Amino acid sequence: MIEIRVHGRGGQGAVTSTELMALAAINEGKYAQAFPSFGPERRGAPVMAFVRIADGPIRTREKVYQPDVVVVLDPTILKIVDVTAGLKRNGMVILNTSKDEEEVRKTFGIKAKMALVDATSIAMKQLGRPITNTTMLGALIKASGVIDIKSMETPLKKRFGRIAEKNLNAMREAYEQAQ
Amino acid sequence: MPKRVGIEVSLAASEAACAADVDVIAADPVTPQTHIVEHLSELVADGELDAEFMPVESEHSAMSACIGAAAAGARTFTATSAPGLALMHEIVFIAPSLRTPIVMVVANRALSGPISIWNDHSDIMAERDCGWIQTFAENGQEVFDLIIHAFRVAEDPEVLLPVIVNMDGFTLSHVIEPIEMLSASEVSEYLKPYNPQMVLDPREPITMGPVGVPEMYTEARYQAESVLNGSKKVIVKAWKEFAKLYGRSYKPIETYRTEGAEVVLMTMGSVTETAMTAVDRMREKGIEVGLMRFRLWRPFPVQEFRRAVKGIKALAVVDRAISFGAQGGPVCSKVKSALYGAPDQPQVFGFISGLGGRDITVEMFEEIVKKAIRYATKGKGPMYELIGVRER
Repeated sequence: MIEIRVHGRGGQGAVTSTELMALAAINEGKYAQAFPSFGPERRGAPVMAFVRIADGPIRTREKVYQPDVVVVLDPTILKIVDVTAGLKRNGMVILNTSKDEEEVRKTFGIKAKMALVDATSIAMKQLGRPITNTTMLGALIKASGVIDIKSMETPLKKRFGRIAEKNLNAMREAYEQAQ
Repeated sequence: MPKRVGIEVSLAASEAACAADVDVIAADPVTPQTHIVEHLSELVADGELDAEFMPVESEHSAMSACIGAAAAGARTFTATSAPGLALMHEIVFIAPSLRTPIVMVVANRALSGPISIWNDHSDIMAERDCGWIQTFAENGQEVFDLIIHAFRVAEDPEVLLPVIVNMDGFTLSHVIEPIEMLSASEVSEYLKPYNPQMVLDPREPITMGPVGVPEMYTEARYQAESVLNGSKKVIVKAWKEFAKLYGRSYKPIETYRTEGAEVVLMTMGSVTETAMTAVDRMREKGIEVGLMRFRLWRPFPVQEFRRAVKGIKALAVVDRAISFGAQGGPVCSKVKSALYGAPDQPQVFGFISGLGGRDITVEMFEEIVKKAIRYATKGKGPMYELIGVRER
């Protein structure tokens, strides 16, 4: 089982990203669970959302306290939230940032494995808005390898309709760029 | 074999009502039930479900409208949560008395105060004695299946009682997970069109719900109690037929790894899955622990329960609500009274946890089991314990 925690701000689509990921995994025949950290979330306030993906039925409903992967949609979160809290040994942080790895490690003291992508720039280019959830899905899929990127097409098309193609392009670009 | 689809459990609940081909839905949105009625209103508006959707102004009206619709012979569905259920309270008691087979999903939420939108069982425990059949779902699949089952049982001429299907708010209602859905045509094999025994019809007027004078009230209540207790055999039979048709089998009480257990956890609702993981983890460490859970809460399956606890030394009952002033939780109180007088009773220890949305973790279950083993060895424990409470 892989457990993923997504950090973002209300309105950035953290919850949507976990839902899409779970739907894609279930379409692949896997078992998955996606749920938000339920609360009076406001636009702009730090929020969390969770996904579990496994080959067999998932039998726990506690929040994800020890994630294998942490996804950070918004770099400003790093100043106020310890995104690495509970991260498993060999766990990975996938970060939206325009900074390079050395600078990120120095500024935020992150020791864990990292994958970086400038998702805000990609989202601005592809969507014209700094909404990075679908973009970050590309980086997450590349870095975790937990599902096939092609599996994202159906749930994204269903969710976004006529703007699905733009979101798919943003996701694919991040998939190529993530490192 | 039907394919598992990824869907939010609330939407699956709406799809179940849709597959059951309901005629009337009367509901008012309330967190965390909202998505259920939102989706049903969509299904009706889009023409996918041929039903009357009544967006009433309150839950008191919702239940009144449901009773009216069911009395007129319609297959009727509603859903609510804590404050809505509380507002409905007066009318909830009338539905079984009128033998109106309404199905209601309760997305369980804590009652105020302090104001909480999050999950526990205080809302449904306040309606414990309302005379409805009550089941508790463990996961999304069960929510779907129990709703279909609920209509079948409710409308059985031997029963004709309303049914509440409980599903934990947020921890179940707002989760996306894989569910094997049944289509309306698949469900139609199991659920025949509702054939009411008596209907309100202006052409052949009858009276429903007249005053119960002291000469009649006791007998009416006796009938309500008899039919509710008698419904158990229909409930069990309907589950067996469900298993035959769709391959998923359900019982009033489920046990998990109870063989040779020193302590058996007792749960109700979606925490059961987390408890299973805790049991697996502790069994790996050599701790002999098992799990038992109630799927059927009313009528309380007393014979099944007494059979299930045979040979078990200690029970750790996990309640999701406080029975104020009664020194414990409602499930634990019921467990104790159901055991009174039974031979070879297990020791019973009560724990209350997960109030107002506080997360119930695998670790918490491990703590509960450790405590229960300690108390069982000593032969006594506290009346009940509030797990994880900060006293200062």
